[in-house]
Amino acid sequence: MSTPTSTTQERVKVATHLPHRALDAPPPVPRPGLGRPTAEEQFTTVGAWVSAFALAWVITQRLLPLGGVAWLLVVWFVLGLLMSAVTTSLTGRRVDVIDRVVSGIVTSGAVVVGAALVSAVVFVVFRGWEPLMHLNFFVDDMSGVGPRDPFDRGGIGHAILGSAIQLGIAVAVTLPLGIGTAVFMTEVGGRFGVVVRTIVEAMTALPSIVAGLFVYTVLIVAFGFPRSGFAAAMALSVMMLPIIARAADVVLRVVPGGLREASLALGASRWRTVWHVVLPTARPGLATALILGVARGVGETSPVLLTSGVATFYVTNPTDGVMNSLPLYIFKGARSPEAMDIERAFAAATVLLVLVLVLFVIARLVARPARARPPRRTPRAKPVPSQES
Amino acid sequence: MPSDRPTPRRLSRKATGGDRVFEIGARAVGATVLVITGGIGAFLAWQSVPTLSRYGWGFFTESAWQPEADVLGIGAVLVGTVSIAGVAMFFAFPLALLTALYISEYAPAGVRPTLVSLVDLMAAVPSIIYGMWGYFLVMPHAAAFSLWLHQHLGWIPLFSVEADPNAAVWDQTRYIGSAFCAGIAVAMMVLPMSCAVMRQVFSQTPPGEKEAALALGATRWGMIRSVVLPFGRGGIIGGTMLGLGRALGETIAVLLIISPDFVVKPRILEVGTNSVSALIAGRFGDASAAQLSALLTAGFVLFLITLVVNTLAAVIVSRSRSGAGTDA
Repeated sequence: MSTPTSTTQERVKVATHLPHRALDAPPPVPRPGLGRPTAEEQFTTVGAWVSAFALAWVITQRLLPLGGVAWLLVVWFVLGLLMSAVTTSLTGRRVDVIDRVVSGIVTSGAVVVGAALVSAVVFVVFRGWEPLMHLNFFVDDMSGVGPRDPFDRGGIGHAILGSAIQLGIAVAVTLPLGIGTAVFMTEVGGRFGVVVRTIVEAMTALPSIVAGLFVYTVLIVAFGFPRSGFAAAMALSVMMLPIIARAADVVLRVVPGGLREASLALGASRWRTVWHVVLPTARPGLATALILGVARGVGETSPVLLTSGVATFYVTNPTDGVMNSLPLYIFKGARSPEAMDIERAFAAATVLLVLVLVLFVIARLVARPARARPPRRTPRAKPVPSQES
Repeated sequence: MPSDRPTPRRLSRKATGGDRVFEIGARAVGATVLVITGGIGAFLAWQSVPTLSRYGWGFFTESAWQPEADVLGIGAVLVGTVSIAGVAMFFAFPLALLTALYISEYAPAGVRPTLVSLVDLMAAVPSIIYGMWGYFLVMPHAAAFSLWLHQHLGWIPLFSVEADPNAAVWDQTRYIGSAFCAGIAVAMMVLPMSCAVMRQVFSQTPPGEKEAALALGATRWGMIRSVVLPFGRGGIIGGTMLGLGRALGETIAVLLIISPDFVVKPRILEVGTNSVSALIAGRFGDASAAQLSALLTAGFVLFLITLVVNTLAAVIVSRSRSGAGTDA
């Protein structure tokens, strides 16, 4: 087998010829995209919608008594589909007409969703703009501030602090328990692990209000605990625990089995394998799970509404009486009949929105390294051994 | 008689030493979480027993909630919950489907990741913000639209309102705070969730089959209809049901928008409706022990409904994904 001829033959067999490009050759011109619409197609698409808009304006604003933006948009949509159908039928067949009309419908649907999202964000920021211009809004509390006091008095510092304390406690409870459960489900498993996974997945369906009601009934009614930040943190924990456990479970399951086996084969104990191999490999995914859990928890109003109560002043002790939080402040403000309170609620909603956005961007940035490499799964079946061995 | 063949080493899968500690520790954590999460379900079920034995099946059919008269029932709130979720899915399903199709098939490849992030971000926006959006921005317009529907389609029982549709000055208070208004805000909340599931399943369509359809001369819609939609059917159904599960349990936006009412009515445009979660949020404060048990029963029923819906959705989605492995 080790004669020189066979080695050369093998080498010939595996040799790959790479095409060489001359160094002074002009850079390759990108091929025109085959699926890209031609100029004529683009013109028919865009032109149909532009002409439909003009026609819709004439019809709704001049000819028919259908004034208002809503009618204009609806008629524009219908006419746009009609126009693109007509222009396409000049050159194309029936399938082309259907294709063009469907593409118009799909794009309009996406535009409607985008417009709704933008309108929600812009509306909240726009209505809450004025209180945000005063720096005291971020640091002061609302004690002694009446509903008609100007915006340079009072703020939501107490609500922000309350949210931070409640979330801190909730994370301190859920993070070890959630990741510990995920480790148990993936690394130990067994029949009991299946039971735990089933129950945890079932509990993600628990509506947040029911989680709040559970804590209210057990902690506050049965044990006589006061309504406090601690109770709110417990309610948030009950709600976040299944979410984090499940997300962490998904992340740990895609850690390549080869890494575990390599670590165990080198003589590491199972705990060291988990601590030094499995968890670091899954760190970005775990961070994402945590941050998304926090982003969910920070905006949850209903559990907090049942368990914490409203304070208008700074509360730093979570076990001592009522404590406000950001979503609760927004909710109370939005239900208030006073215009100024509503405006403050909108400002607080803007703060909450920015907070969620920041958490979300951080989650994305943390998750990026995991995203850059393709997700590897542990192979379900062993690959067929290749023939040449 | 000593045998010269070596006896096979005894192998044991049983963990020893530190591994055993690790296994027991992990098991303990798992058991703790099982007790906590499972404890909630068990607690809710246990608390439901006195209520159900007291009121029997009437608890599900009785519409009034009058603790002082000892008449409690969740008939009206169940109907309200379903009608709000129904309105929400009426808006959310087509929009989620179209958006998912747009992102996976129509959008330029360059902006696709941005759009995916936007949908995820939309799902992360707290429900209180959609509630305020629905209450302060959308509700007046929704009321005007309700009036138009009432005037033109009022002969359908669904769209009738107990008010004069052609009054000189229309009575806006009859058209706000309805299941229709609440449904719009809830739709905004569940839309990104269903959209994300659908898009994920669409993006797993085997590219070979898509290219085959295009190579055979199909238009883009032809390709979508013959490859993407059949392949993603499980994702469409599962994503919709996941959204439905969320819509049924939504509290705060509903609580902000509706005017609470305890009447079974199919008239979704009319003022006054209620949902199980809004009932709990509205009535927990002044509840006695018996009423608390009744509220917990209502919560338990809600939990069971969402559990069934979510489990079905998860089964359907995972089944559709298992088909993704059969690409050639």
